[in-house]
Amino acid sequence: MPQEQLTLQQNLNPTSSALDANQLALLQQATSSYSSLQLAWASGYLAAKSESGPSTVLSPVSAPVVAKTLTILYASQTGNAKGVAKQLEQSASAAGITVKLTNVSDYKAKSLKSETHVLIIASTNGEGEPPDDAIEFHEFLLGKKAPKLPNLSYSVLALGDSSYEFFCQTGKDFDERLKALGAKQITPRVDCDVDYDSDSESLTLSIVESLKEELTQQETGLASVTSLGQVDLATAGAESIYNKQNPLNAEFILSQKITGRDSEKDVRHIEIDLGESGLTYQAGDALGVYFENDSALVAELISVLKLTGEEKVKIKIDGANQVFTLTDALTTQLEITQTPPSFVEFWAKISGNNELAAIAADKNTAREYAGEHQIIDVLEAAPTEIDPQFFIEALRKITPRLYSIASAQAEVEEEVHLTVGLVSYEKDGKTRFGGASHYLADGLEESQSVRVFVEHNDNFRLPTDSNTPVIMIGPGTGVAPFRAFMQQREADEASGDNWMFFGDQTFTQDFLYQVEWQNYLKSGLLTRMDVAFSRDQAEKIYVQDRLKEQAKEVFAWLERGAHLYICGDMSRMAKDVEAALIEIISEQGQLSSEDAEQYLKDLRSNKRYQKDVY
Amino acid sequence: MSNSNEKASQIVEGKHADNERLKLESDYLRGTIVDDLSDNMTGGFTPDNYQLIRTHGMYQQDDRDIRAERQKQKLEPLHNVMLRARMPGGIITPKQWLAIDKFSHDKTSYGSIRLTTRQTFQFHGVLKPNIKLMHQTLNEYGIDSIATAGDVNRNVLCTSNPVESELHAEAYEWAKKISEHLLPKTRAYAEIWLDGEKIEGGTEEGDVEPILGKSYLPRKFKTTVVIPPQNDIDVHANDLNFVAISDGGKLVGFNVLVGGGLAMTHGDKSTYPRKADDFGFVTLANTLAVAAAVVTTQRDWGNRVNRKNAKTKYTLDRVGVDVFKAEVEKRAEITFEESRPYEFTFRGDRFGWVEGIDSKHHLTLFIENGRLLDYPEKALKTGVAKIAEIHKGDFRMTANQNLIVAGVAEQDKAEIEKIAREHGLINDSHSIQRKNSMACVAFPTCPLAMAEAERYIPKLVDDVEAILTKNGLAEEAIILRVTGCPNGCGRAMLAEIGLVGKGPGKYNMYLGSNLGGTRIPKLYKENLGEQDILTEIDQLSARWAADRNKDEAFGDFVIRAGIVSEVKISMRDFHDD
Repeated sequence: MPQEQLTLQQNLNPTSSALDANQLALLQQATSSYSSLQLAWASGYLAAKSESGPSTVLSPVSAPVVAKTLTILYASQTGNAKGVAKQLEQSASAAGITVKLTNVSDYKAKSLKSETHVLIIASTNGEGEPPDDAIEFHEFLLGKKAPKLPNLSYSVLALGDSSYEFFCQTGKDFDERLKALGAKQITPRVDCDVDYDSDSESLTLSIVESLKEELTQQETGLASVTSLGQVDLATAGAESIYNKQNPLNAEFILSQKITGRDSEKDVRHIEIDLGESGLTYQAGDALGVYFENDSALVAELISVLKLTGEEKVKIKIDGANQVFTLTDALTTQLEITQTPPSFVEFWAKISGNNELAAIAADKNTAREYAGEHQIIDVLEAAPTEIDPQFFIEALRKITPRLYSIASAQAEVEEEVHLTVGLVSYEKDGKTRFGGASHYLADGLEESQSVRVFVEHNDNFRLPTDSNTPVIMIGPGTGVAPFRAFMQQREADEASGDNWMFFGDQTFTQDFLYQVEWQNYLKSGLLTRMDVAFSRDQAEKIYVQDRLKEQAKEVFAWLERGAHLYICGDMSRMAKDVEAALIEIISEQGQLSSEDAEQYLKDLRSNKRYQKDVY
Repeated sequence: MSNSNEKASQIVEGKHADNERLKLESDYLRGTIVDDLSDNMTGGFTPDNYQLIRTHGMYQQDDRDIRAERQKQKLEPLHNVMLRARMPGGIITPKQWLAIDKFSHDKTSYGSIRLTTRQTFQFHGVLKPNIKLMHQTLNEYGIDSIATAGDVNRNVLCTSNPVESELHAEAYEWAKKISEHLLPKTRAYAEIWLDGEKIEGGTEEGDVEPILGKSYLPRKFKTTVVIPPQNDIDVHANDLNFVAISDGGKLVGFNVLVGGGLAMTHGDKSTYPRKADDFGFVTLANTLAVAAAVVTTQRDWGNRVNRKNAKTKYTLDRVGVDVFKAEVEKRAEITFEESRPYEFTFRGDRFGWVEGIDSKHHLTLFIENGRLLDYPEKALKTGVAKIAEIHKGDFRMTANQNLIVAGVAEQDKAEIEKIAREHGLINDSHSIQRKNSMACVAFPTCPLAMAEAERYIPKLVDDVEAILTKNGLAEEAIILRVTGCPNGCGRAMLAEIGLVGKGPGKYNMYLGSNLGGTRIPKLYKENLGEQDILTEIDQLSARWAADRNKDEAFGDFVIRAGIVSEVKISMRDFHDD
């Protein structure tokens, strides 16, 4: 398709077109810098223009905001909230509702005053803070300057992960605050856990139902989608038939351990072949991986339940019941390596175990306990018999895991590479593994199939101008997207400087992709690299310490326009790095710490400071 | 003064080897070592510095067992350094011993101390961040590693003879004096490793190398002081040897032997092991002058074009022994007297207790392959450390990789022996064959190794013991040495049976040195596998048992029986079919 567009452009000449030579020259000038994807979009734009009749002014398509438009705001970190928002937009549009879909980062919070109906879809970061895109909106709305909103009707759909303490906190913040500002709730807030698909569908239906009559106006024109930025264009164009609902059966190539034999960690370099699927990704994207549970663990679990595994159970998939044997259900459909706190409560009731009941009674202890115990550990703590159907209904459905992609297609073509830390720990003398990492690390043979999809992440992209310098901070498996970045920068022959910060436990055992980094330095593509190995000396040294050592240079790079990226552990590393950055900016820029924070915020709103943390 | 034309003719013309460039450009052995130390992207050194750190006593190595594994892991080889200390004569105090025992335990990958054929100890597996600490720790205890490798005069050996204590003490003092006299004078070592102040005003003015010169020597250079009849230090493996001549128990001077060396290159017939030539006798007063004259003559005449022919032994064969000797006499301003009579009769160490003429007692411990490590069944390294804690004398590391607890008073003998026995340091079941066997380190640390040596020889000796017993030779021994490459560290080229690594599991077998170590062996068969080796030794020792003259040694027998021909002049005979 892009190929055809290019041909079309080349064939345009004054004799065959309706434009005069001048107009044609202008058009060609305007489109000369477009990528094939942009051309594809532009052709659609022009077609729409011609259908909407003779228009004299080339102005943005945002029609004057008519009363009774549904504004959908999404605050997405990994793209999940955006996906749900798009779904809602489609359903609402289909029902004849006028919809405006906007990323909160592009939305002026003050405009809430003039809205009548708003739907907010918000994800939450691990410690309860809002995703990057929503930081400013969140700050404004919860702050003193927020206006009263007596004319506003709203709903909130919150996305989160109940294994974290501040589950769906951002959604809760918005909900409570809007209520306090006098807005009226259309439907009660829905808190979606990681397996959110079914919840969001029912919510879509109920919201659309309750809004339909009030908002449907025959005379309303097109729904406008205003979040079409340049990056979105690219992803929109790259959308594939394969997605979370319809993953690709890709071919597994290899799992290679890339930590040394004496490392305390087992990190794998994974390669997967996307073959002729046409599934594409960009540096910065994540790969969703559906996994199967370890057969030994499933067998152990069945044996603890004193069942055979041959029992038939029903599971609702896409609204219809399907029948599985218990073994198959536990292997392919249900989550058994992560425990929701609700399961602890459930099992406490079923088993009548007092200790478990005591744990379940307090939310915090239940959450902590769930975080440290797999399903089988909970069962073993209080063994009892249970009806298999009843048991599986207490489990969550298996959800795909997202891994930052460690390769660029410009380099590896139809392959996709991941950097996966094998999660494992000892529990009462037994080794327990993380479901997905164990599956990728040891569960697949070469050329077996693995179900994957690409999760685009427009919040983690190389600068569009390849001359722009970048600073990459990626300790541990946070190194992954930067390997992709370097491959992309190399393929682009990008002249911008590249500075990598990496850290891990030991130099000899944990220097992930060491030889590749050495080669990038040798070739000059990598301008400099600083490494921190926490256990190689008496005092612990981390990436943030290296950043501080290089404060002057780091600040100089930022001042000359460098983009700053952080990937990796959110709870400690990203926070410490951010604190170090504020310290550096404050010290080097001679700014108060508030101003230094603002400096960083400005970087973020200019998309110059991007995070991929987990 | 010499005729300059004549002198020029002794120099090999042509493009110098690359090592010459890097020595010359190194600013007196500094290179950019300091920059490499702060490069934390790699555990290794850049190519020039990889060579230069040798002159500071270190070799860059890596764990070859896991090289391929780490390549798959996208990790660089597990680079580390091996350090060889400078310990003239191999004498080390208990206090020093405890310091190196601790360092090897805390900061080396293998946790071992190795006693080597250069009569010193080595640390193996020291990672880059610990290198400076290592030198500083050693320095604190009066030890350095200056010039124990590279194109310089290396650690000076001295016969370990604790019995004739007075003569030994004198000889040892000369070993130390010669070592100091021939040592590089550059401050590079102190600057780089000990944070010594850099000499201001540029190096031309700051550093002078009156003996070694700005380009140092064309190749490695080895010196010994030997007390006959013992030839434990193997004079013929060394460039320059001072044979102690005594009169009434007092040292009076030395016979000077020049041009020994065992290294060769497989398939290159211009290389060969060679015995040293006897230049004659010098008095003590002229000893240092002669040492310097030999070194400077080799410095000026040695082949700097082809490193494979750069050692003193090839210079002698190229210019002629007489020409070389005359030049030494000229430079030292002496005339060699006629060589005094002496004889080498044995090379092994005298294990167990001996009493010296000063009534002190000395215990020689057999350390298999020189490797001191705590094995599960015998904590050898801990044993030596425990002895060091109570010992009032000193330790002597021997050129045969063994250890002497020297200078023990009568009343302390029992306790030291008790500790030694408890830790497996005295093992009465070690056969005479085992005590006459030796191997270099080879895999996994040595980058030159082509085949296993140290890890191969224990089993080989088991098998050879069984063969000898089967052939009725249980009380006999054959000097058996295995070396992983033809470079010569294991001195297989002075063995009755010498095995030289050719490839994994493949060795060339050489036969025919003698007990005194004064004959170069001759190639018997090539590319033997481990089973072939045993078959050959079985057949050869059976013939020896059947046909030997009374007390005839194996090495003498194989020549008399015509199994191999005798190497009299290496250049002529060694490669001769």
